[in-house]
Amino acid sequence: MALLKAENLTLGYDNQAIISDLNFEINAGDYLCIVGENGSGKSTLMKTLLHLQNAYGGNIIFGDGLTKKEIGYLPQQTQVQRDFPASVWEIVLSGCQSRSGLRPFYSREEKKLAMESIERMGIGHLKGRCYRELSGGQQQRVLLARALCATRKLILLDEPVAGLDPIVTAEMYSVIKELNDEGITIIMISHDISAALKYATHILHIGEKVFFGTKSSYLESPMGRMFVGEEV
Amino acid sequence: MEVIEKLVRYLQYPFVRYAIIVAVLVALCSSLLGVTLVLKRFSYIGDGLSHVAFGAMAVATILKLTNNMLLILPVTIAAAILLLRKGNNARIKGDAAIAMISVGALAFGYLVMNIFSTSSNLSGDVCSTLFGATSILTLNTKEVILCIVLSVLVVLIFILFYNKIFAVTFDEDFSKASGVNANAYNLLIAVVIAIIIVLAMNLVGSLLISALVIFPALSAMRLFKNFKSVTIFSAIISVVCALMGLLISILAETPIGSTIVAVDVAGFFVCWVIGKFKGGR
Ligand SMILES: Nc1ncnc2c1ncn2[C@@H]1O[C@H](COP(=O)(O)OP(=O)(O)O)[C@@H](O)[C@H]1O
Ligand SMILES: [Mg+2]
Repeated sequence: MALLKAENLTLGYDNQAIISDLNFEINAGDYLCIVGENGSGKSTLMKTLLHLQNAYGGNIIFGDGLTKKEIGYLPQQTQVQRDFPASVWEIVLSGCQSRSGLRPFYSREEKKLAMESIERMGIGHLKGRCYRELSGGQQQRVLLARALCATRKLILLDEPVAGLDPIVTAEMYSVIKELNDEGITIIMISHDISAALKYATHILHIGEKVFFGTKSSYLESPMGRMFVGEEV
Repeated sequence: MEVIEKLVRYLQYPFVRYAIIVAVLVALCSSLLGVTLVLKRFSYIGDGLSHVAFGAMAVATILKLTNNMLLILPVTIAAAILLLRKGNNARIKGDAAIAMISVGALAFGYLVMNIFSTSSNLSGDVCSTLFGATSILTLNTKEVILCIVLSVLVVLIFILFYNKIFAVTFDEDFSKASGVNANAYNLLIAVVIAIIIVLAMNLVGSLLISALVIFPALSAMRLFKNFKSVTIFSAIISVVCALMGLLISILAETPIGSTIVAVDVAGFFVCWVIGKFKGGR
């Protein structure tokens, strides 16, 4: 059974479909890269998968006992976060919110989990620092640590390396890869096709035509060849 | 020391002591959700709601209700829920809805007061509802008790839901994605904001409420960089400014609401300057 499966999914804004009849599935441990041009609807697809907005048709099916409370998400950054007075510790700990339910305060285990996630992302020395004063790469690590508090199963990332310099980008990719090696399923949006091909196991290409399949079948498909060819 | 003598003499009047209690409580409550309001672009809702509260107050006045709050509170809470619903769906439409409701309620309130008021000093009445004027010095025991109850409720809700309010304010999408019922917490925030606005109307009047809510948060954000410190400091500075403003207004016989807001503004500039010197960040 697939961890997450989209069946004839149709989605968009203001009753206008951007993507229609999309089918794909992802199994535990996969690393799916969603590629496509700007404005093709990648972020919208991710929000729909997360039930942040309603699909216009079709189904999103969770399998393998996955529940909504076991999903981590790295959104594209918003203005609110750039002005927000919050410490790294406060933000990472807030990732435990879905675990704590109606309980008002965080438990000792949750605090321990937050600390482990911070250490795991190598940002222990930044624990007390203000989020908005960190570099772009450090901020992304903070958000990844928060996602790790929410889940050990599935993390969705929306352009996690946007605006990062090449060295930090490479670090970010390898951190994400390590998480995948630890068994966490990854769905990542990227318009960096070479990175997608380096790390992903599956590719979902959306645009005028849609492709879904393993990386190797993508490389052999006409669509993949054209897209990869023009990038290189 | 003439001033101190004057102060001591004033403090013997119960209405002055009531005013101090109410000022401290209102200032405390209104500062708590300031950061959320500023950063979530809820400030519009705050503004709109204060106008709705004004409209409800006008209606309550002409109906000669014995307790205004019984009408104002439910109406304002209903408006908060309505505005939040609207604002959730589409941002632009939400703003328009807020503008419509807020200006509409303001005009309606003034109209109602104009047509039905039997008071000989209509513009004085309107002015005091908008700017608070002296109403805080005319509070009776019942109103003070209601104010205490509502304040305790607000502070309790805030403490119990502090972590949730932080999570939802900082990143609503992440919260929702990981299965947190963010809509319910947004609703809670809106209801609490409505209660705070109704509370604060006694102190500063409906036009100046936003200032009371927003300035302490902005001041604290100049100096502190994590949510907890910002929240605690804005509560402290809000209470201190309200007390200072109240005392100044009693001694200098200036309007209470605008004096408190003026002290808040001064407090903001002090924090701004200190923030500049402290590191220029
Ligand atoms: N909030 C919105 N309301 C209406 N249309 C939107 C909204 N956000 C994005 N769109 C439109 O939907 C399309 C897909 O956007 P998006 O999913 O952000 O693309 P991508 O992430 O692939 O760059 C774009 O044409 C964009 O203009
Ligand atoms: Mg996008």
